[in-house]
Amino acid sequence: MLNVSLSPHVHSGNSTQKCMGQVLVGLSLALLWSFWQFGLGAVVVTVSSVAFCVLFEFLITRFLMNEKTRLDDLSAVVTGVLLAFNVPSNLPIWIIAIGALVAIGVGKMAFGGIGANIFNPALVGRVFLLIAYPVQMTTWPVEAGYADVATGATPLALFKMGNYEALPDALDMLIGQTGGAMGEISALALLIGGIYMLVRKTITWHIPVAVLVSAFVFAFAFYGCPKLALMQLLSGGMILGAFFMATDYVSSPMNSRGQLLYGVMIGFLTIVIRRFGAYPEGMSFAILIMNAFTPLINKYVKPQRFGVAKK
Amino acid sequence: MNGIVIALIALGVLGLVGSLLLYVVAKQFYVYEDPRVGQVEESLPGANCGGCGFPGCHGMADACVKAKDGKNSLEGLLCPVGGNETMSKVADILGLEAGSAEPRLAVVRCNGTKCARPKVANYDGAKSCAVAAATFGGETGCAFGCIGLGDCAKACAFDAIKINLETGLPEVDETKCVACGACTKACPKLLIELRKKNCAKTPVEKRVWVQCTNKDKGAVANKVCKNSCIGCGKCVKTCKFEAITLDNNLAWIDSDKCKACGMCVAECPKGAIHATAPVMAVVEKLKAKKEAEKKAAAEAAAAAKAEAEAQKAAEATKVAEPVKSAE
Amino acid sequence: MKTFKLGGVHPAANKLSDKAPIELAAVPSLVAIPMAQNLGAPSKAVVAKGDKVKVGTVIGEPGGFLSSFIHSSVSGTVEKVDFVEDATGRRVPAVFIKVEGDEWEESIDRSKDIVKEIKLEKQEIIDRVKACGIVGMGGATFPTQVKLAPPPTAKPECVIINAVECEPYLTSDHSLMLAHPEEILIGVQILEKAMGVKKAYVGIEANKPDAIKLMTETAKKGFPEIEIVPLQLKYPQGGEKQLINAVIGKEVPSGGLPIMTGALVQNVGTAFVVYEAVQKNKPLIERIVTVTGKSVKKPSNFQARIGVPIQQLIEAAGGLPEDTGKVISGGPMMGKAMPDTNSYMVKGCSGILIMKNEEARRRDASPCIKCGKCVHACPMGLQPNFLSRYSELGMLAEAEEERIYDCIECGSCMFTCPANRPLLDWIRQGKPKVMGILRQRAADAKAKADAERAAAEAARKAKEAEAEAAEHHAKTEETHADVNEHLMKQSGPMPEDAAKK
Repeated sequence: MLNVSLSPHVHSGNSTQKCMGQVLVGLSLALLWSFWQFGLGAVVVTVSSVAFCVLFEFLITRFLMNEKTRLDDLSAVVTGVLLAFNVPSNLPIWIIAIGALVAIGVGKMAFGGIGANIFNPALVGRVFLLIAYPVQMTTWPVEAGYADVATGATPLALFKMGNYEALPDALDMLIGQTGGAMGEISALALLIGGIYMLVRKTITWHIPVAVLVSAFVFAFAFYGCPKLALMQLLSGGMILGAFFMATDYVSSPMNSRGQLLYGVMIGFLTIVIRRFGAYPEGMSFAILIMNAFTPLINKYVKPQRFGVAKK
Repeated sequence: MNGIVIALIALGVLGLVGSLLLYVVAKQFYVYEDPRVGQVEESLPGANCGGCGFPGCHGMADACVKAKDGKNSLEGLLCPVGGNETMSKVADILGLEAGSAEPRLAVVRCNGTKCARPKVANYDGAKSCAVAAATFGGETGCAFGCIGLGDCAKACAFDAIKINLETGLPEVDETKCVACGACTKACPKLLIELRKKNCAKTPVEKRVWVQCTNKDKGAVANKVCKNSCIGCGKCVKTCKFEAITLDNNLAWIDSDKCKACGMCVAECPKGAIHATAPVMAVVEKLKAKKEAEKKAAAEAAAAAKAEAEAQKAAEATKVAEPVKSAE
Repeated sequence: MKTFKLGGVHPAANKLSDKAPIELAAVPSLVAIPMAQNLGAPSKAVVAKGDKVKVGTVIGEPGGFLSSFIHSSVSGTVEKVDFVEDATGRRVPAVFIKVEGDEWEESIDRSKDIVKEIKLEKQEIIDRVKACGIVGMGGATFPTQVKLAPPPTAKPECVIINAVECEPYLTSDHSLMLAHPEEILIGVQILEKAMGVKKAYVGIEANKPDAIKLMTETAKKGFPEIEIVPLQLKYPQGGEKQLINAVIGKEVPSGGLPIMTGALVQNVGTAFVVYEAVQKNKPLIERIVTVTGKSVKKPSNFQARIGVPIQQLIEAAGGLPEDTGKVISGGPMMGKAMPDTNSYMVKGCSGILIMKNEEARRRDASPCIKCGKCVHACPMGLQPNFLSRYSELGMLAEAEEERIYDCIECGSCMFTCPANRPLLDWIRQGKPKVMGILRQRAADAKAKADAERAAAEAARKAKEAEAEAAEHHAKTEETHADVNEHLMKQSGPMPEDAAKK
């Protein structure tokens, strides 16, 4: 018996699972670097975060929503890794569990599961933890070892204090030999991962480039020095946010014009928060704010049409 | 203490300003609406199903009031959900005679069950009858029959029509169907028809319908589906009320003319004409009678044959016993 | 290398039969020639049971303006005029002919000589194209004579020949170019003459280097105005709008005809049959068809008569494999899946693609993750995810706002969707509905404008009449006054006046 359907009859073979897998591959180098830099603590944080995210997704879809569980699409794993990337490597496991519950339960499943959420789930979890447990969330270990609470000022904290002299070397920031959240420290590893995703066409260049260019331009405008502007790009979650958080499929606009607008606004808001806000880091807030605008951007920013003259 | 006073004053002033604003807006943008529209709407079921042809119950209520002011009758306006009862209430409110309409029911005119109509291809596209109908002739050889992906069930606001997984065909729940006609519009094969609920003037529901829409020639239709109408026209000849017409190899019963006598059901060689249980009881009797007649005829024929043979035999032996054979 | 500007995807080319030479398919004992072989109105059968026909005898006449002639592809006796199932299992009328011998109409030049000189004039060419039943050979089967007579507002500048063959698997155009390059280029010149233009381009995708080389070399020998344009590999480059954009850089305006850019696009197969029709007087009775697929024993290119059973062609390519899951008429991106193999060859059938079960089955759709890959893939700059959703939910006003009517149904969105959503299935539901609304609105607007014009005309006439009447009245008044005055002058004051005084 023959199968009948409308054309097209072939498929690219792409799947949600493959896309998420590519994101994980893109994240892996930065993950390995954080293991190297922070040691066992980073491993514990990552494994527990992924495990909790997958567990909560399974429990909620299976018992609360009575739906088919879609763990095989790997989106919960990506959320878990991204959540781990955004917390200090010595965070207690129970806080990670709460973060995972908020990320999956409130950030994703409350809206109806994969594809329906408005905000990036990992960021929802991270911002919740940041507000609920500010002390634990901003105590950054600088050296390897779990339970090592020797704290060091992150480059962003130095920026906030206006202590530009004490900023670490740009090369150190690029490679990632500074304090900070687990996955965000090595700009280089993240850049390589991001370029991998661009090559595999997991993401398009629009959002990362728009975020970085706009952040550089506004940082230059607000700090008045190209070197400081460059340091802004290398510090904190800028690269992680630009390549991995802002490009989250579900919560970012769909056409390239919308993506450019979205990216530019994220860059602008991040620098505004970093320069004038109460928090030293503004990336997650900027992304969450623009996530809220995504439906609006999708509605009003249309792609370039074929055969329609520009006005 | 001071703080509380300030807060109270501030809130009070805010409330005052707000209420003033609301008052002004309400006065400024007041739209007059006939109070009768509200009354009529209250007497309607409020399901907003659109079965009456208007967008929601408010639209229907508006149309009723306009009909009162215009042609002064409710003719042509029917809430299929509430039926005559609701319409007479509406008529009372407006001081009019209610138009009366016979209650109707959605009838699915396909009996191509999974076993009667074997699949020849497998549809693999979006799970929708409309898409499947646009794709190709159909999974079975019958290009007219039910696709079975449930567009009708999705369209029904009253949960009255569901796909039976065993037969693959939709089934109408008579107690829930309000004849709003949503399914008739949803079906891409136009299988579903709104028919009179009761054709005879009896307390039990009597109705008869042709459960097929295949317009192919008899031989073709017969090949693709065991339960199809082959357009033989026996039912047309049998009907005493001229209720059945044959068009493009397909019989159709006019439910306004049909008296639900059941003659056609008994006559149909394919069992393509269906009827409600009370009619089927009559049909059984008719069939039994027919069977008996047939049997009698067969017996008579057999008897005649036996007699003839006996006669033949007798003739052969005539020479020997002429007197006996004559008896 | 040139290509079109927006979107596009890269399906695996799978040109399995690109080395296979063109084989002549056997003429069967019975053919069935469907009467619906072109876009637009089906043709009307003009033969009846028992009629004797030869190869090239007209058996179907156009059933409307957008319709075409159909000729017998064999010689023999008409057995019956009955229904057959077309490629999608729908029943269409067809003429069944029992084959007896192979006798051709005398008017057809069957010699192998290449005729270079184009004797016919512009209108004669168009008439010949119509009489020979030529339709677009790319698969859309648009009657060619209609396309050769564009609206008077259009200003044709060039002819673009579509030799892109961007559909995976298909090689019929490729093999045709390798076999008949010169005939094709003469065909292009005929099209140029019919359109009154002096420039032509042949767009070929870069995965056919041998065809590009051969065509370029042939063009150098006596076809100076024909330019062979190699194009970057990208689907849907063979779409009319995309091809114009790729070759001459212009965009067909939304809702407008491609000829508005000055370019007439014809398929390379059409150029070849136009050559045969105009120079050899041979109607469209056969075409090149690719029979291919990963599981097919011998992927082949056949020159097959119209009306040959598809089953026979599949047998000639090694038979239908056991694990076949799908048989497609045309290519995998835009072709039609056949419910069975009982249909017959038609003019638009460029290929028969046989796919294995695991290759053909659609995977289950999962929720949309809003990745925007469909938006980036759309060559028309649309947002397929929204279009699909609006169509599914019947939100036609929103679908119109998202320009669903611009969709060319190329399938790039569905090809690229990681969630395997049936995007195009739904868009195809909404598009005709929105088009219907647009047409209705245009008709209403026209009717309203006509009514207004008529009313204005009537008002103007009434006014004129009134003015005339008034003038006339004034004139008569004047005359009366004159007369009165005259009378008064003659006879003194009127009696009444006198009485008053």
